[in-house]
Amino acid sequence: MSAALLHQLVNGLAALMLLVSFSLLAQHRMLAVLQWFAAQGVLLAATAALVAYGTGDSNLYISAVLALALKGLLLPWLLWRIVRELHVHREVEPLMNMALTMLIAIGLTLFAYYVIEPIERAAELLTRDSMAIALACVLLGMLMMITRRKAVTQVVGFLAIENALFFAAIGATNGMPMVVELGIAFDVLVAALIFGLFFFQIRSTFDTLEVEALHKPLVEEEEER
Amino acid sequence: MQFAFLLLSPLMGALLLGFLAAPRPAARLNVAVAAVTLAASLWLAVDVLAEGPHTAMGDLFFLDSFNVFLVVLTAFVGLTTAIFSGPYMHNELTHGRIDSQRLRLYHAMYQLFCFGMLLGFTTNNIGILWVSLELSTMATVMLVSLYRTTASIAAAWKYFILCGMGIALALFGTVLIFYASLHVLGHGNEALTWTLLKQHADKLDPAVLSIAFCFLMVGYGTKVGLAPMHTWLPDAHGEGPTPVSAVLSGLLLNLALYALVRCKLLVDAATGTHLAGNIMIGFGLLSLVVAAFSLHRQRDVKRMFSFSSIEHMGLMTFAFGIGTHLASFAALLHMTVHSLVKSGIFFTVGHAAQAMGTQKMAEIRGLIRHHPAIGWGLIVGTAAIAGFPPFGVFVSEFLLFTAALESYPWTVGVLLLGLLIAMAALFRFVQQMVFGEAPETARPVAANMLPVYVHLALTLLLGLAIPAFLADWYGTAARLIAGGGGA
Repeated sequence: MSAALLHQLVNGLAALMLLVSFSLLAQHRMLAVLQWFAAQGVLLAATAALVAYGTGDSNLYISAVLALALKGLLLPWLLWRIVRELHVHREVEPLMNMALTMLIAIGLTLFAYYVIEPIERAAELLTRDSMAIALACVLLGMLMMITRRKAVTQVVGFLAIENALFFAAIGATNGMPMVVELGIAFDVLVAALIFGLFFFQIRSTFDTLEVEALHKPLVEEEEER
Repeated sequence: MQFAFLLLSPLMGALLLGFLAAPRPAARLNVAVAAVTLAASLWLAVDVLAEGPHTAMGDLFFLDSFNVFLVVLTAFVGLTTAIFSGPYMHNELTHGRIDSQRLRLYHAMYQLFCFGMLLGFTTNNIGILWVSLELSTMATVMLVSLYRTTASIAAAWKYFILCGMGIALALFGTVLIFYASLHVLGHGNEALTWTLLKQHADKLDPAVLSIAFCFLMVGYGTKVGLAPMHTWLPDAHGEGPTPVSAVLSGLLLNLALYALVRCKLLVDAATGTHLAGNIMIGFGLLSLVVAAFSLHRQRDVKRMFSFSSIEHMGLMTFAFGIGTHLASFAALLHMTVHSLVKSGIFFTVGHAAQAMGTQKMAEIRGLIRHHPAIGWGLIVGTAAIAGFPPFGVFVSEFLLFTAALESYPWTVGVLLLGLLIAMAALFRFVQQMVFGEAPETARPVAANMLPVYVHLALTLLLGLAIPAFLADWYGTAARLIAGGGGA
């Protein structure tokens, strides 16, 4: 595959990645959120496989398989199981109205391009825009964590940030060294398990998965005389 | 060989303790594992002292005078905390706050946390450094939620979410460093190996590294507990079991600051400017001032001392930000004495809270009458942390002031004001808790004050006369840090 074609393909996938991040932010229903989250994982795996094919780096195929198994299948499935078990799959009420959220998201994307701009001028590698898009996706994931009420959507936001970082590593650097990548994958898996455990604990102690309920005991403790 | 002992003993300990449900043998095994770890760390320290900095197992691990003393400090506080936590957790068990299942979880996670800490300090790869910091974070999240009360679960969730976000930014910064270095060092482990990065730092793209540092600063800064990203810290310290508060304050914050300083050295060498230092000075001063004022508004004793930790981490960040030889020396000394004193204070506070049955400062009274050892421990510890001579904190703060006067004279006003306000808050509350009549609800506790005495004695020793080899050690480490500084 020629370098120019690879460059174009990776850029195309980066654009798709940004699109998926936006749609993740725009969803109302839990199932749709998790489906888009899974789509993001598959997209990551596709990017890793493409870069692996283009550069002939066989380590990246392992990353691709890892991404597909962990982020495309296992984590969305796990979250869906939890959501069904805890009966929170109906609505995902956002704290802010959708139009405003989208406008902020666009602003964040522009900000990401602005931050990465000095780097881009120096870059001659095959992926010029992927770093900016990865940063934009990180910021969008944070926005998702901030604007949602349910603990589950917060976690999806957290994992979407993790996905964006993985994308940055593949798109801009052809993947981190294998040891580091395995370490990160392990951490993400453990984090997801702990989150899952927390859902049940929060549910059994607070009787809801609304994040606002979580703030109450801490605030009360602070205000108590 | 020593590395194997150092890292495998806590890891195997975590595995074994995960299966050992009997409370008393588990506590003893916990202490034994921590003791083996300390022995291995001392062995390593002697090696480094004799032969100078060296790498091990290829380039995977790396020890110089900067991290080896932190390894010893971590192993030491890890051991004393294990000794303290034996009777403490047993009291909690008899008071019914936990059951033996949770105690098993506690022991396993405690050793896993130690493993993460030691891996982070000894690894030569900044990617693995990130992974181990995340690992220790997750272990402590489980520990903070140990009591399963509403407040402790809420605190653990906040801790996990905030630090997760922060640490994600740090990973982005690490990816950026990798991006800059793979042109120079090739696409492999070498490009994240700290020693090689440091050697070739002048060839790294300064623009990329400056941006990377901003992400690393906010990311690792969240874990250091710097304002305005500090809000998780008092909750996590306040709601978790006391031994966990002690290791969070005494050790985990150190690892995050260590990671930040390692990255700063690279950025300084690449950019040749003092940008990274200035950012650190800003965050450090802000944390100091925010913490000093917040101290006055606290009602929970553990939350109050966790704000004092924010204050001191701010001071250290400020000192590393100045980056001169003297300032780095002061920061390293301050790191040591703060870890010792603060974990000692948390031990004391833990016993005080158990004796009074509450953590609310308004309800803790007459500690000296009720249990003189705890009362005196608390007042002497507070005097030490507030920076009274002859304790080590006074020496390190004095050095820090001297360094600040040399390079940034205007900051001294802010520092003095911050420290005075913080000291006033500490004594305002501690005096009320220590003196007066004990309430009738107070119950006797089996307090193990030995770790507190040992910590305070060491701090006193560091304040009166730093042993020559230790001063030498700090000197070498400070030269290493200042050598990379731009100012």
